[in-house]
Amino acid sequence: MAKIREKKVPMPEQPPEERIKNFKEVPLGYTPEMAMEEASRCLQCKPRKGKEFPPCVEGCPVNVDIPGFIKAIKEGRFDDAIRIIKDKNSLPAITGRVCPYENQCEGACTLGKKNEPVGIGRLERFAADYERTRGLIIPEKPTPNGKKVAIIGSGPAGLTAAADLAKKGYDVTVFEALHEAGGVLVYGIPEFRLPKEIVKAEVEYIRSLGVKIMTDVVVGKTVTLEELLKEYDAIFIGTGAGLPNFMNIPGENLNGIYSANEFLTRLNLMRAYDFPNYDTPIKVGERVAVIGGGNVAMDCARWARRLGKKVYIVYRRTEAEMPARKEEIERAKEEGVEFLLLTAPTRYIGNEKGWVKQMECIKFELGEPDASGRRRPVPIKGSEFIMDIDTVVVAIGQSPNPLVPQTTPRLKTTKWGTIEVDEELRTSLEKVWAGGDIVRGDSTVILAMGDGRKASLSIDKYLSGNDKTWRTVTQ
Amino acid sequence: MYRIVKKEDLAPNIKKFEIYAPLIAKKAKPGQFVMIRIDEKGERIPLTLVDASPEKGTITIAVLEAGKTTKKLNSMKEGDCIANVAGPLGIPAEIAHYGRVACVGGGVGIACIYPEVKAFKKAGNYVVSILGARTKEGLILKNEIKEFSDELYVATDDGSEGFHGFVHLLLKKLIEEGKKFDLVVAVGPVPMMKAVAGTTKPHGIKTIVSLNPIMVDGTGMCGSCRVEVGGKTKFACVDGPEFDAHQIDFDLLMIRNKRFVEEECLALNEYDKSCACQR
Ligand SMILES: Cc1cc2nc3c(=O)[nH]c(=O)nc-3n(C[C@H](O)[C@H](O)[C@H](O)COP(=O)(O)OP(=O)(O)OC[C@H]3O[C@@H](n4cnc5c(N)ncnc54)[C@H](O)[C@@H]3O)c2cc1C
Ligand SMILES: Cc1cc2nc3c(=O)[nH]c(=O)nc-3n(C[C@H](O)[C@H](O)[C@H](O)COP(=O)(O)OP(=O)(O)OC[C@H]3O[C@@H](n4cnc5c(N)ncnc54)[C@H](O)[C@@H]3O)c2cc1C
Ligand code: FES
Repeated sequence: MAKIREKKVPMPEQPPEERIKNFKEVPLGYTPEMAMEEASRCLQCKPRKGKEFPPCVEGCPVNVDIPGFIKAIKEGRFDDAIRIIKDKNSLPAITGRVCPYENQCEGACTLGKKNEPVGIGRLERFAADYERTRGLIIPEKPTPNGKKVAIIGSGPAGLTAAADLAKKGYDVTVFEALHEAGGVLVYGIPEFRLPKEIVKAEVEYIRSLGVKIMTDVVVGKTVTLEELLKEYDAIFIGTGAGLPNFMNIPGENLNGIYSANEFLTRLNLMRAYDFPNYDTPIKVGERVAVIGGGNVAMDCARWARRLGKKVYIVYRRTEAEMPARKEEIERAKEEGVEFLLLTAPTRYIGNEKGWVKQMECIKFELGEPDASGRRRPVPIKGSEFIMDIDTVVVAIGQSPNPLVPQTTPRLKTTKWGTIEVDEELRTSLEKVWAGGDIVRGDSTVILAMGDGRKASLSIDKYLSGNDKTWRTVTQ
Repeated sequence: MYRIVKKEDLAPNIKKFEIYAPLIAKKAKPGQFVMIRIDEKGERIPLTLVDASPEKGTITIAVLEAGKTTKKLNSMKEGDCIANVAGPLGIPAEIAHYGRVACVGGGVGIACIYPEVKAFKKAGNYVVSILGARTKEGLILKNEIKEFSDELYVATDDGSEGFHGFVHLLLKKLIEEGKKFDLVVAVGPVPMMKAVAGTTKPHGIKTIVSLNPIMVDGTGMCGSCRVEVGGKTKFACVDGPEFDAHQIDFDLLMIRNKRFVEEECLALNEYDKSCACQR
């Protein structure tokens, strides 16, 4: 057997100086030859002792048969590969782009102990793109079972639950508040990381399974959950964590200061980067400060670079503590984003017209580890300094969407505002399940999808079985 | 898609639309609004629900030409379809029996105050409606409002009808003449609402206004619509749009509403040019 390559087959990508001048996707994807070569690096591991799956599959939140689909790619059976993936994952073109593989499948890859792990994410993306460019295979429609399920929210959690239930013969309707389906996939994650055409194609696929998607329906306002309960046999809530957090420091309402959600929604969902061809404007000055160190902050910073600006990431800990994926941090750096670490704003100073012109910051040092195990940032007295800035994007996290809980008093929530569920994602309200960010707070696309799947199994069990006892509510 | 069932001219630059949107019609309450996106490239703009008919499944809006989107909307015809209408959004007005209620409307705000006039009347209040516009053509829906008002006063900036001057000065005059109010509700341009708040404050009259900050989603997810009320940041789309007028930082609202003036002008110019070309 030939010696295994130490590194992944490189993925062609747009060079940094090129890509900051456009809005197109950065990595360009494998050719079939590249994919087959990368697939041949896989060792086809068996489950370790006492485990159900091989290590990579254990590492995947939805347990895709990774060695199985990689073998299919290696042998050139690309249609088989996608079929194997889709058995567990309804949105592979999306997860193949945005999953934090390094912490999941690739993090567990045996090859990764000595060399680079197999490029599982890249191969998943290849298989999904291969299928999409040749027209999605639509599975045969099952016979309708006459039962109706409502899904609230069309993010990855809702779409996965919808697809799974439709495949089992349920009559599924998705209610979405915005005018486009996809949740964070359309309003949050930038075009250059996840082209909207891909989300559209996946949504079309889910429609082709017979799922009805009703946009412009704000549950809690247009209809209430209690009203839906009268019409549907089961409900899944996947409304996400869309409430932007601010720091509540002086000057935060000055012009030129956006929440990450406003900044990204204008650019992604409303296509403000193509203003005035599209009607929604965005105004970005010359010096942009993005506050935060997560993926959302990196997305905002990289967007701002594409609008041709000087961009700073301002983060109160060091790079090692940044919650953003390493890959995203690297890409941001390549694109010329500057990092101001151990720094946070304390107030914003405006000009006479009410626009932010300066930001006062304070420096931090790292102290003892906190509850999360990360070293706690401690402000350094007297280290305040002022920097000129004319645009700020506050990317310090989101909170659960309060609309559905607020308008459904019977639904129990936690003190963080997330919906309380049991191990099968059943809420305190009979016939209502919940999953994704509305349950987890901030999480990931794949975990939200995993929840959608888990809930669909529980819903199916409940609606097709004879046992109609609801969970024994704790507390 | 949401079909325009009926269109009517209220004033030279204000049009009234009845739109087929049965789910919203069933739920609409005074003080609430919808988010509208005209077409695939359109922005999302908030418009107040002026009326709704659950039987016909229609909602009514009144639109003042302020820029590209409202101009384009006002050029749409009966039978045309609007891409998206979402709602009803915002917290409904607190309709209750207060006693004597003054409903003050300025400009297109007259249309927005109309459903509240009706509701306050139905709740058993003595309703005094006070309407203001630049000229008498702008005194829209006057007869409809009169029907539900115990007293009606009008003001025009140019003196072409009624009191000559701003509507808050008319309100001031009525108060000084000894009219008692338990509640004042005002909808109109920000400077007008600010002036009304300034008029009622010394008299300690509870005053509610409906704020109109720039919105994107209208569902509480972006913070574009943030306003300061009693020193606290609120999202007008979910916490409002109605707030206690005496707690509002109106100057901040005026500044924030100018965030995109250059872009808005550009969009309008381009639109006017494209219309001229087609002609
Ligand atoms: C900028 C950004 C970048 C990210 N990058 C990554 C990444 O690279 N990789 C990764 O794995 N994760 C990433 N995440 C996290 C990931 O996107 C989320 O964890 C995931 O989308 C959660 O899915 P969800 O289905 O629970 O909710 P969401 O995707 O938030 O979808 C919820 C949907 O419900 C709708 N909704 C809300 N309230 C109502 C209502 N009352 N009625 C009707 N509809 C309603 C919303 O409009 C929305 O469409 C990122 C998040 C953000 C914000
Ligand atoms: C809760 C609420 C209810 C409203 N009700 C009505 C109504 O019943 N009738 C009516 O004619 N107008 C109403 N407005 C105002 C209306 O939304 C704006 O006039 C409209 O958005 C202007 O868009 P444009 O493209 O035509 O003008 P532009 O040229 O884009 O803007 C003109 C001005 O309108 C404001 N504006 C611009 N974009 C927005 C936006 N996305 N959201 C809010 N304001 C914006 C700004 O102050 C701007 O300077 C309401 C606003 C709010 C917030
Ligand atoms: S308009 Fe986005 S939060 Fe109010």
